[in-house]
Amino acid sequence: MTDNNYDTLQDKHPLRTINEQKVWDLIAGVNDPEVPVLSVVDLGIVRKVECSNATGNSLGQQLVTITITPTYSGCPAMDVIAMTIRFTLLQAGYKNIEIKTVLSPAWTTDWMSYAGKQKLKAYGIAPPNSAASINDPSPFSQQQPVQCPRCNSLNTQQVSQFGSTACKALYQCQDCQEPFDYFKCH
Amino acid sequence: MTNTQVPYYQNDLFASMAHIEQLIDYILHLADTTLVLGHRNSEWTGHGPALEQDIAISNIALDLLGQARNFYQLAAELINEPPKAHPFTMPYKRLVTEDDLAYLRDAFDFKNYLITELPKGDWAFTILRQFYFSNWQYYFYLALKNSSNTLLAAIAEKSLKETTYHLKWSSEWVIRLGDGTHESQQRMLNAVNDLQYFFGELFEPAVYEITLIADHICVDLTALKPLWLEKTATILDEATLPFVEPTWWQSGGKKGLHTEHLGFLLAEMQFLQRAYPNSIW
Repeated sequence: MTDNNYDTLQDKHPLRTINEQKVWDLIAGVNDPEVPVLSVVDLGIVRKVECSNATGNSLGQQLVTITITPTYSGCPAMDVIAMTIRFTLLQAGYKNIEIKTVLSPAWTTDWMSYAGKQKLKAYGIAPPNSAASINDPSPFSQQQPVQCPRCNSLNTQQVSQFGSTACKALYQCQDCQEPFDYFKCH
Repeated sequence: MTNTQVPYYQNDLFASMAHIEQLIDYILHLADTTLVLGHRNSEWTGHGPALEQDIAISNIALDLLGQARNFYQLAAELINEPPKAHPFTMPYKRLVTEDDLAYLRDAFDFKNYLITELPKGDWAFTILRQFYFSNWQYYFYLALKNSSNTLLAAIAEKSLKETTYHLKWSSEWVIRLGDGTHESQQRMLNAVNDLQYFFGELFEPAVYEITLIADHICVDLTALKPLWLEKTATILDEATLPFVEPTWWQSGGKKGLHTEHLGFLLAEMQFLQRAYPNSIW
C-alpha cells in the first residue's frame, strides 16, 4: 500500500498535530449516507487533513483543508458528504474550511479500515476482498469466493455484478439461502 | 447536478498549456460522449428485461454520468480561465458551470461519437453497443492514464476501474445472447448488422486531436484499433457471431455533424433548463 495510507487511519498518528487530530476525531462522526454504518474515515475517502494556524490558535482562525476522494465517479453521495463534513466543522466552531476533491490516486476498497469492514459485516453487507483481482475484464473469469455475512459460508453465488448502489454487487448464500449485498472490490 | 464543491483543478496548471482551445474541444468531446451514452442507458431504468439487469445498466449509466461530470467540470474551469479561450460564454460574464455545458449547448455543439446517440433499440442492440464502447473505453483510458496532462490522467485512472466492470459485464452478455436461444442469436445478428458502420469513428482522430497528439496530451486512436479488433473478434467468436470490419463507416459526430436522433435526446434532456432557466431541484 502507498505511504499515504496512514492518513486514513482514524487512530492517533505521531505525524499528526493536535489540531489535525481534533479534526480527524470530528469527521470520524460523519457517516456515508448510503451505507450509514460506515464513517467517511472508515471508507478511506478522507485522504488528508491540514490545519494552518498562521493567524492564531482559536478554531475560528484556523484554516482547515480536507482532501477527499470519490468512491465512484458518479457516486451521488459525494456532494452530501462534502456538505456534511463542512456542517460538522462549522458546528464545532471552525470558520475557514476548504474541502478539496482529488481523483488520483484513485480510491480503492483496500483503504477501508479493519473496523469499517467489521461494521459492514455486522450490518449484513459482505466486506470487500482484496482489490488485487479487479484488473481483469475477461468474461466469466474466476472470482475470489465471497463470505456470507450471516452464516460465514464461502459457498455463495454472484447474482449480479451490480447492486443497489454503485459500490455493491448482489450475492446469494447457497447454504443458508440468504441474499446479501457484497461491497465489491474497487 | 449541483456544483457546491470547491473547484479542485489547480488553475496554475493551465497557465502553461498550449493549444488550449483544442484541449477544451477534446475534453468536451469526451464529456459529451459519456453523457450521451449514459443518458441512452438510463432510458432502460425501470424497463430492463430483468430486475438485476435493469440495475446493472442503470449503474453503468450512473458511472458514465459521473465520468461526464468530471470532464465537464474540467472543461468549465478551462473556459473560465482568462483570457476566454473558447467561444462558449455565458451572458453577463457569469462563470460557466458543468450544467451549462450539458444543458445549454445545441446538437451542433455536441462532439459525441455517433454510436452513443443511436436509440437504445432492443436489449441485444444495447448490449452490443455497450460492449463495443466499453471495449474502446477500456483501452482508451489505459492510454489516457499516461497523458502528459495530469488532470486528464487522473480522470482516466479513476474511470478505468469502472470501465473494467462494464467491459466484463457486457462481454458476458454478448456471449450469453449470441450463443443463446434462436431468438437471442437472431437479435444479436441484427445488432451486429446495425452497428457495423458505427465503430469505425471510434478510431478516427478529429482536427482538435491531431495537434494534441504531438504533446502526448490525447490518445493516439489509431494505435487502439488493433487491440480493439482483436478483443472484439475473440468475444464475438465465442458468441458464435460473425464479425466483419467494413471498409467504410459513418463519422461526423466528433465535429458536430449528428444523426437526427441526438436532437430528440437533447430536447428531452435539456427541456427543464431551457423552459425554466436556472431552476434547481
